[in-house]
Amino acid sequence: MPADDASQPTGAPGAAFEAFLKGGEFRLQCCRACGRQIYYPRTVCHYCGSGDLQWLPASGRGFVYSTTIVRQKPDRGGDYNVAIIQLVEGARLLSRIVDVSPSDVRIDMPVVAIIREAGGVPQLLFRPSAGA
Amino acid sequence: MVGRSIRGAAAFVGVGLAGIGLAPGFTHLDLIGLAVHEALRDAGLELHEVDGLFTANMANMLPTLAVGEYLGIRPSVAVGTNTGGNSLIDHALWAAIALEAGICSVAVICYGSNQRTGKSVPPDQPPYELAYHSRDPITSYALAAARHMHQYGTTREQLAAVAVSAREWARRNPIAFARDPLTVADVLASRMVCDPLSVLDCCLVTDGAGAIVMTRSDRARHTDRAPIYLLGCASAQSHRQISQMPDLTVTAAAQSGPRAFAMAKLEPRDVDVLQLYDAFTINVLLFLEDLGFCEKGAAGALVASGAIAPGGTLPVNTNGGGLSCVHPGMYGIFALIEAIEQLRNSAGARQVAGAEVALAHGNGGMLSAQTTAILGTAATL
Repeated sequence: MPADDASQPTGAPGAAFEAFLKGGEFRLQCCRACGRQIYYPRTVCHYCGSGDLQWLPASGRGFVYSTTIVRQKPDRGGDYNVAIIQLVEGARLLSRIVDVSPSDVRIDMPVVAIIREAGGVPQLLFRPSAGA
Repeated sequence: MVGRSIRGAAAFVGVGLAGIGLAPGFTHLDLIGLAVHEALRDAGLELHEVDGLFTANMANMLPTLAVGEYLGIRPSVAVGTNTGGNSLIDHALWAAIALEAGICSVAVICYGSNQRTGKSVPPDQPPYELAYHSRDPITSYALAAARHMHQYGTTREQLAAVAVSAREWARRNPIAFARDPLTVADVLASRMVCDPLSVLDCCLVTDGAGAIVMTRSDRARHTDRAPIYLLGCASAQSHRQISQMPDLTVTAAAQSGPRAFAMAKLEPRDVDVLQLYDAFTINVLLFLEDLGFCEKGAAGALVASGAIAPGGTLPVNTNGGGLSCVHPGMYGIFALIEAIEQLRNSAGARQVAGAEVALAHGNGGMLSAQTTAILGTAATL
């Protein structure tokens, strides 16, 4: 990370990612050398090896790459969704599709990121959207 | 050149199993001890001759130290690489290299677990997936299965055919843990765990241990049992967490397989019997495709035709596999042992007639790490 860039967080990338979420922002690192979007947070680009990474706002738009329903007894909270989301900027991540029945989540469905607190910790989740 | 000096350089001369299914009261080290004892007896070798130790498990951070100490050996080479369930097949490659280089002369590969009757050990968890309560490993494999169904039209019935085939083989194996009759309808009706995988799409949870003894081939020719040779072996990896797998329908077996075949100077059509790490039914489809036994997307129809079941043209998981024989957390060594049993012509009612070339494939992590081993009888050298 260049020292002259005062707008960029310093320190551990995982902590920076969480700090952005706490502030209501979904940001991911992008590599200044190769331009690729990076997930999960890292100290070096896993595409080209550059250490010159910057935190940029992510659109949060993407689509469901794969999905499953984790079956759970109702008294333990019931069934829930786990999905892999392909973001339009290129990164792929695991999260949950919420605000929809787990049985209605489909591969290729357009989704958008939301930040919601879970046990005092802001969590990145996704909900269906009109179009990616 | 890849593998020029390793093909056939080392041989499997002894195998041992212990505590298959249930072993109440035994620690994983107790079971490893019993399996190693049996493997050395099978090989006609003594413990004090062992100078190479290749081991990994789910309980020890420093497995070669814990197992070496328990066995009372001080090996001159100790390899404890742990990439998950494929590790114990990968160890065969490094044992062969160490034997060929003269770093050791008797190598023991061993694994054991009491995960069913003993206390469970918290596994290594993926940091950026844990918060979403991914129920790994099954969630990861379910995501791969869902994607395969979406892309290739694979059906739950085709996945179920893998479990049914494994059970038909297990019914011919007296030590297999699950031997009751099983139908496709039974699998489809069983409790859903993580769509599209039901409980009968998942491997067993058992205790068990396995051990293998390897020597250089020149020494193997003087042992009691017909040596089985390591003709080719290769490993490849693609990711750790499932979300980082480049394509959920293609595993790194697409790299490990061709490299192992190149070392063995063989092709898929030369293989008489396959042992494919079946932690979940989807695994067998992925590996049949990635190892070149059918086109990508065609494995569902292949297994539904009965090809991999007893009497089929492509016998797979003849011991009953992880789905019906044994699965104590890391299954790789059991795939390797069954390949050796088949080539020794010692597999009893489940013997594949005239088997000369066997393939044992191991899988580790969340479809993360893959090892393909190709074994042959003396006739294949």
